Amino acid sequence: MAHHTAAQTAHHHSHEEEHESLKTMGFWMFLITDVILFSVLFATFIVLRGNFNGGPGPHELFQMPGVIAETFILLTSSFTCGLALLSLNAGKVKGVIGWLAVTGILGIAFLTLEITEFVHMVHEGATISTSAFLTAFYTLVGTHGLHVTIGIVWMTGLLIQLKRNGLNAKTKRKVNNLSLYWHFLDIIWIFVFSFVYLMGVM
Amino acid sequence: MANVNANHHDSHDHHGESHGSVKSYVIGFILSIVLTIIPLVVVLQGWMTGNAAIAVIMITAVLQFLIQMLFFMHLKEEKKPRYNLLALLLALVIVVTVVAGSIWIMMYNTVAH
Repeated sequence: MAHHTAAQTAHHHSHEEEHESLKTMGFWMFLITDVILFSVLFATFIVLRGNFNGGPGPHELFQMPGVIAETFILLTSSFTCGLALLSLNAGKVKGVIGWLAVTGILGIAFLTLEITEFVHMVHEGATISTSAFLTAFYTLVGTHGLHVTIGIVWMTGLLIQLKRNGLNAKTKRKVNNLSLYWHFLDIIWIFVFSFVYLMGVM
Repeated sequence: MANVNANHHDSHDHHGESHGSVKSYVIGFILSIVLTIIPLVVVLQGWMTGNAAIAVIMITAVLQFLIQMLFFMHLKEEKKPRYNLLALLLALVIVVTVVAGSIWIMMYNTVAH
């Protein structure tokens, strides 16, 4: 083992970095459990999607222009998050901060649109207790929105750390994990967009 | 075993390919935009209905999932042993069981009514 370490120091691979990569794997395991959480919410939604209890259905409620904007905003933010990771690999702290900030702003834009949509729906009388369809809808889409919110808070904290400490093994690992989280949220949204909205207005 | 890993680590130097490049991100981004527009147009323009439309929506969603995994999350470049990939496959088995199982059970529930 000591032999490897010697070889690795030459390649800037310290024990610390090895430890950090183990933490990234732990974070991946968290994402896996989160996938299972969402699968249960999706199953619930798919089962209950036809139960309107006399209330409004997807055709009356969903406003596709807003949803399409949300989709492309999140897709773009997934891309800019990837660009932050490229800057990270190139060791450019300014690039990381810049692209992460862009990603965060896009995330806020996404959330604003989503909250506007929810407020609009509630004003139409479609609340979480109106029907089984709406309960499942708000739970599924709201849980995704909550994840995005947590991601933005995390991103803000990380931006402060990057400003203060620059790039080191720890901040690098955190940027890596955050980008995994953000891409994961985009994947979940693709399925929300497909199964909830597109199949809803079909 | 550890030796193999260390060697893999060492051959990690050419950053361009082990962590993705601008090119691979741009390709992934363009592909995911195209794969979003296809089901969108199919549904909103009414090009297809019923099962055909559902098939298009599901296929494009799965393809986008693969693109995010390969182009953005770099699953392909994972070093052996591929614990991440194995964990993901386990998750997919659970996802399919939960979702398809729920649909299947509730289908019979509807029949019973």
